[in-house]
Amino acid sequence: MKKRTAGRKALYVILVVYAIITVIPFLWALSSSFKTLGEIVSGSINFIPKDFTLDNYKQIFTREPLFGRWLFNSLFIATVGTLLNLLFNSMAGYALARLSFPGKKSIFLMILAVLMIPFQVTLIPNFLILKEIGWLNSYQGMIIPGAVNATFIFMMRQFFINFPKEVEEAAAIDGLGRFGTFFRIVLPLAKPALAAQTIFVFMAFWNDFMRPLIILSDQDMFTLPLGLNSFKGQFISFWNYIMAASMVFTLPIIVLYAFFNRYFVKGIKFTGDK
Amino acid sequence: MLSKKDRREAGQGYLFLLPALLVLGVFVIAPILYAVFLSFHKVELIGGATYEFRGLDNFMKVTFDDRAIIALKNTGIYVAIVVPTQTFLALVLAASLNAGLKGQKFFRIVYFLPTLTSSAVLTLIFMWMYNQNGLINYVLKFLNLPTYNWIGDPDVALIAIMIMNIWATAPFFMVIYLAALQDIPDSHYEAAELDGAGPIQKFWHITVPNLRPVTSFVVIMGLIGTFQLFDQSYIFSGGSGGPNNSTLTVVLLIYQYAFKTLGTMGYATAIAFMLAIIILVATLLQRKFSKEESLY
Repeated sequence: MKKRTAGRKALYVILVVYAIITVIPFLWALSSSFKTLGEIVSGSINFIPKDFTLDNYKQIFTREPLFGRWLFNSLFIATVGTLLNLLFNSMAGYALARLSFPGKKSIFLMILAVLMIPFQVTLIPNFLILKEIGWLNSYQGMIIPGAVNATFIFMMRQFFINFPKEVEEAAAIDGLGRFGTFFRIVLPLAKPALAAQTIFVFMAFWNDFMRPLIILSDQDMFTLPLGLNSFKGQFISFWNYIMAASMVFTLPIIVLYAFFNRYFVKGIKFTGDK
Repeated sequence: MLSKKDRREAGQGYLFLLPALLVLGVFVIAPILYAVFLSFHKVELIGGATYEFRGLDNFMKVTFDDRAIIALKNTGIYVAIVVPTQTFLALVLAASLNAGLKGQKFFRIVYFLPTLTSSAVLTLIFMWMYNQNGLINYVLKFLNLPTYNWIGDPDVALIAIMIMNIWATAPFFMVIYLAALQDIPDSHYEAAELDGAGPIQKFWHITVPNLRPVTSFVVIMGLIGTFQLFDQSYIFSGGSGGPNNSTLTVVLLIYQYAFKTLGTMGYATAIAFMLAIIILVATLLQRKFSKEESLY
């Protein structure tokens, strides 16, 4: 079995080398965020800061008064947007899986068709519609157009189709109505599907760059990606500040991932091979 | 006629669908129709919007628009290099990770970091590393390789974005492959081993063919994603697509025509439609191609 261990060693080398390639940019950014400007400008290559400092983090929160605001905007839009998605997509998926009504099939086909349209096509008309109803530069303008996601309606439908009917029938016998059954029985049992959806939808809102770029023009209303971009313009050579801000921005997603990690791969499998 | 019970259920069905239909109707379906209208008009946005019918002009204009041709060329090169590279890398990583080695879980978490991080943050981190006296040039110098002005040199700026995006997306597709690898029955590998197949033969003759449907999915998702490249080139070039149009992509061009220059909103919509058609055709071709292949 000597050959086998040689092969294993080769695989380990591939995995370790790639792990290093993956981690280095993050370590480099993290270390830069704790360096003084002097050290940054000197161009020295050391991963452990010579003069470890928290000043960059203090600076971005105090000297840039909008930074806290951007953080709040991002959190608010992503949280409300995600909650609405969870509710609306599940409701729609449930109706398509469980209830019968005229036009069900065409509605389902329409939702599948919507999946195929790249969002660049609707981007410009969406801007004009939001302008017309006065929702540019507003939370609702960022949240409502993204409050439903056809991919996850489809995913929830698949989930509910495989869901045992007996549970619902038992609830109906106990006197729960349709809505009671849905909110008290069906949704709590759909936790794995909802968890996968939470992380994907939250990430999409949190990381979105193009939509806010178009919809938001007041600095007050900026989300973090826009804030970061304007930061870059303003502090062009202050990479220590830019890296500190980048780290603050990355943290919430890592926390969310730590919470929902288990469901992540499941969710990819859900949305993945069809 | 529906019975009373059926009617009640139908009512509930519509009620459950109402929020989704409202949002999709106003912000997806109506905009698609509106986009068709816009693409045939010259749109002026001074105070209110005014429209002037132009027929197919917007669609014809692309052929003599130098910047559109450059954007299309950049995007094409980008797609042609990034999609195969990231797919192959994802496959190799997934196969390595699936070999039952220790520390699988650890590697998986590490590899997932770029997927979690926003494109804005990743782009800024890479711009910092691509600095003329930054980390990447330092490593290249250390290895006695040539260094580049990654951000400022039109010959390498797009390559810099390619490297960053392959690095960032391959691990995501790796996770998809990994899930599929678990579904390949062990008996296939055992049979191959009895026939005397080595690890590399097993990889090419069992793993790769068994993963064909997933590969098809990964390639299609890759195509859709790469054709839509925007954030990275926007941040990299400060919105200009520079240096010297080298990072100008189709979507960045759409953005510029729609929101940065006056009177070209209809033209931008027409380009967006053409992009949608290119993506659709590429997807269909890929599907057809992979289906034919799997017949053998």
